[in-house]
Amino acid sequence: MSAAAARRTPRPVSIASFAQAHNVRRDDEHNEVEILMPVVAEVFGNIGITKDDIDFICSGSTDYLIGGPFSFVTALDAVGVWPPKSESHVEMDGAWALYEAWVLLQEGEIDAALVYSFGRSSPGNLNEILALQLDPYYVAPLWPDPVSLAALQARALIDAGKATEADFAAIASRSRRDALDNPKAQVANDIPAEKLLEDEYVVSPLRRHALPPITDGVAAIVLAAGDKARQWSEKPVWITGFDHRIETHALGARDLTSSPSTVRAAEGAGVSDGPIDVAEIHAPFAHQEIILKEALGLDDTVVVNPSGGPLAANPLMSAGLIRIGEAATRISSGRAHRAVAHATSGPCLQQNLVCVLEGE
Amino acid sequence: MAERCAVIGVGQTHHKSKRDDVSIAGLVREAAKMALADADLTWTDIDAVVIGKAPDMFEGNMMPELYLAPALGAVGKPMFRVHTAGSVGGSTALVAAHLISSGIHKRVLTVAYEKQSDSDAMWALSVPQPFAAPLLAGAGGYFAPHIRAYMRRSGAPEYIGRMVAVKDRKNAMRNPYAHLHIADIDMKMVEESMMLWDPLRYLEACPSSDGAAAMVLSSEDALSGQYPPAWIHGMAMRSEPTMFAGRDQVNPRAGRDCSADVYAQAGITDPRRQIDVAEVYVPFSWYEPMWLENLGFCDLGDGWKLTESGATAFDGDIPWNTSGGVLSSNPIGASGMLRFLEVAMQVRGQAGEHQIDGARVALGQAYGGGSQFFAMWVVGGDKP
Repeated sequence: MSAAAARRTPRPVSIASFAQAHNVRRDDEHNEVEILMPVVAEVFGNIGITKDDIDFICSGSTDYLIGGPFSFVTALDAVGVWPPKSESHVEMDGAWALYEAWVLLQEGEIDAALVYSFGRSSPGNLNEILALQLDPYYVAPLWPDPVSLAALQARALIDAGKATEADFAAIASRSRRDALDNPKAQVANDIPAEKLLEDEYVVSPLRRHALPPITDGVAAIVLAAGDKARQWSEKPVWITGFDHRIETHALGARDLTSSPSTVRAAEGAGVSDGPIDVAEIHAPFAHQEIILKEALGLDDTVVVNPSGGPLAANPLMSAGLIRIGEAATRISSGRAHRAVAHATSGPCLQQNLVCVLEGE
Repeated sequence: MAERCAVIGVGQTHHKSKRDDVSIAGLVREAAKMALADADLTWTDIDAVVIGKAPDMFEGNMMPELYLAPALGAVGKPMFRVHTAGSVGGSTALVAAHLISSGIHKRVLTVAYEKQSDSDAMWALSVPQPFAAPLLAGAGGYFAPHIRAYMRRSGAPEYIGRMVAVKDRKNAMRNPYAHLHIADIDMKMVEESMMLWDPLRYLEACPSSDGAAAMVLSSEDALSGQYPPAWIHGMAMRSEPTMFAGRDQVNPRAGRDCSADVYAQAGITDPRRQIDVAEVYVPFSWYEPMWLENLGFCDLGDGWKLTESGATAFDGDIPWNTSGGVLSSNPIGASGMLRFLEVAMQVRGQAGEHQIDGARVALGQAYGGGSQFFAMWVVGGDKP
């Protein structure tokens, strides 16, 4: 049975509010709680609610960014869960925390959830940290860094005739030009692709422009169902499909030029059930947008990453959740009707999540 | 309206100080394959995998679910990773159960593990952080003052902790998977063991274990397996802030609220009479009397009297930690799931020598952090 055939009609759940911090290269003056607090205040303030209106909380983060265990424990102080709350945490991007909250809302017994994610990439060396995601026996001891792994993928894409270095530059140029309209973006500029191609290689065939920035940032979303969805938004943005899938970890066993897990997640989320106006794609490296666009079945009429995407700001653990927030904002502001948001995790797009959003 | 959900398969490894015969992937597969066999299923029957463990720094692998996806048959499926401190094994089972009760999936495999011998949990728990006073105490040093506070409040005599240490290790003799099998354990041996964190002696503390636990959860229309299903009658999580003036760390409100929620779902008004057997997260001996009160099995201040009376012993009227508990096996990330798993085994009637005759309603509890995170479920042999 295909994923589409097995699909059930989900309980309508809306993205009632979204907030994110200013994405910056390095925030040395605030700890995670201090960066989160104003964002949590904003995500409640946008719709005039307090934590008392929230039935469930789920967060996403990773201990390896802060360099200590239980980073989510103190982060919870940004909400102040007294009296005690039903609360959970995933060691994944906040997009998966949103998925867990959405699952609980499906049961129909609670109506409101707060989701947040956080991470400061600046204190450590990301190339060393992310190497620890790899198979601890056979791969991690070689310390392959994420840029080199992404470069292998980009090279495979070029060798397969699916893209050129000029395509990567065009994606980077467009993303950072679009980011000029995003006040929360970290890297925004207007540099033509031809000029970007004069950059040195970081790891061939990836030049500096094809890499994401290193970002400190956080994000938060309030989900609502039932009466609260209507009370908190005049024109709710609904989640109409949601799925996520994983591939094998063994890079040598994967065709790095495709993303079968995204294909399956898109099928499960029903991306092709209607036209898509806008896509917010979590492609940290420019060439990954090409792979993901194909896997999501998007044609050239779809506006991709109008926020600037992860090439304009890539706060680890939040960049996926932000895609969902940005896509929802695009709909609530009337610039799109149906959108797809995507999040990824792991080396070379190993794990992928797809969320379909619709306005009324 | 939520769908019914049941445990239809359980599996666990032999828990040991060092499982150097297997990799981490081998460890989790051992538990998962046993759970699948118990459920009469194979990898392809599973819709999604939910995995949990305590901090990644315990083994030094960041987000190890990525590496473990193929070992757990998750390729092409949704794979989800939970981390909620020591309660994580329980929380992981609850996240998996919600995938069923929400109607999204029919069969979910849930796994939790720790391979403590790959690292040093004491170190990983005590990494200095900017702007925070270094504790450098590990878990026992953190909890010992709260135990002292409990003893002072309740007037409990010093030997109560030793009684729990002996009782749980005797139960472990019935459980072939338990890490510690101390055949000649007695009060004197505990009393003569080294003082670690006053008032906790060495034999009143949990061991460091390598181990994994796994369960297959199913919807009502996908039941299978070697034993009758263990139906989930109630499930809940609660968290409270770690530090604030007036927080009662001896009897945390998050624990009381969590049990009130799960009892309301399960129709339990008198836990001591209605619950046949309980597996409760007791990593240090004194947490048995403390949680007896927190979970409403007795009035405040009377927990130690229940322990002293033998009510929680294997032949008592409310046996606690028939598996030997955390005091006998502590693969941290899996320790919470082992509590949830043991009570499922009890109501399914598959607990062998540690089976309580006629167990029909059972409570599994896990806590974590500085006792501010709680996860619980009540399972029953009868359909809710």
